[in-house]
Amino acid sequence: MSQQIINSVSASQLQTGRDNFKVGDGVKVYTKVREGDKERVQIFAGIVISRKGSGIAENFTVRRISYGEGVERVFPVHSPRIEKVVVDRESVPMKARLFYLRSRLGKKATKVKEKGYTAKEAK
Amino acid sequence: MKLQLIGKKIGMTQIYDENNNIVPVTLVQVGPCPVIQVKTVETDGYNAVQIAFGPQKEQRLSKAEAGHFKKAGIAAHSELGEIRFDVAPELKVGDVLTVARFESGQLVDVIGTTKGRGFQGVVKRWNMDGQPDSHGHMMHRRVGSIGMRQTPGHVFKGKKMPGHMGQVRRTVQNLQVVKIDEEQNLLLIKGSFPGANGDLVIVRHAKKAK
Repeated sequence: MSQQIINSVSASQLQTGRDNFKVGDGVKVYTKVREGDKERVQIFAGIVISRKGSGIAENFTVRRISYGEGVERVFPVHSPRIEKVVVDRESVPMKARLFYLRSRLGKKATKVKEKGYTAKEAK
Repeated sequence: MKLQLIGKKIGMTQIYDENNNIVPVTLVQVGPCPVIQVKTVETDGYNAVQIAFGPQKEQRLSKAEAGHFKKAGIAAHSELGEIRFDVAPELKVGDVLTVARFESGQLVDVIGTTKGRGFQGVVKRWNMDGQPDSHGHMMHRRVGSIGMRQTPGHVFKGKKMPGHMGQVRRTVQNLQVVKIDEEQNLLLIKGSFPGANGDLVIVRHAKKAK
């Protein structure tokens, strides 16, 4: 009963169309950035390495290599500051959390290609 | 008119405010609280109204309580509370106090009963440091010295020691009401306050708010 009430409060806060990406996908996150009175869109592109939580409290982490340095950013899935999330590349990872990418260097660190991966499965 | 109503803590969640910032909120179902008795200086020596909360089967009440509700002409409720006033309020028996008496953005105090922790040692109960774990120490989480010598010759009153922790009435002041849901009798209050989910709490207009 309590959970139903909590869900009814957060239901109106949930954004639609935020289930189009999953762990392992290469994504572009379009975030609205406020500078003074102006608002512009900033893109953060990388690989989704984790998606955790549920409902309004769900978060996802995007990792990218920026100037040779690994950068991770955590976004709330239902944040109104995210305009959209575009999937560039799909993959079928063997794990739910891709934290092993943190210890990878070079070209390997920017790609998720797992055993059992075929282009067909990705679609 | 500063009111205090009885409610039930539902649980915590988060919502986005108008600046798209995440605000942690605690949900509390407040009222509806019908007035079942009005006390005045003439009749009782002080000004107050008695309110009820939580519909209940009449068979679950004692005959005295059931008779009390019957006299007021109000269906049986499980909880009773009293709001005291300096001057006699314009309330009469049968008036129903709801969340509509609160405003979004205003400050409230919430009174609850903290979660019971049972018998706890001094490290958890009073945040003492305890003694080192290694290098030959054998008093890891114990209280240490509790006093001096022949002078003063006794342990001071109020010395922090192990004992029962939690399950005491606590008030958190000046919490902000973020939103009101009149349909579900809900108050969304910023931050947290004592008590387990489902516990009874008292929500009142903040006493010290400017």
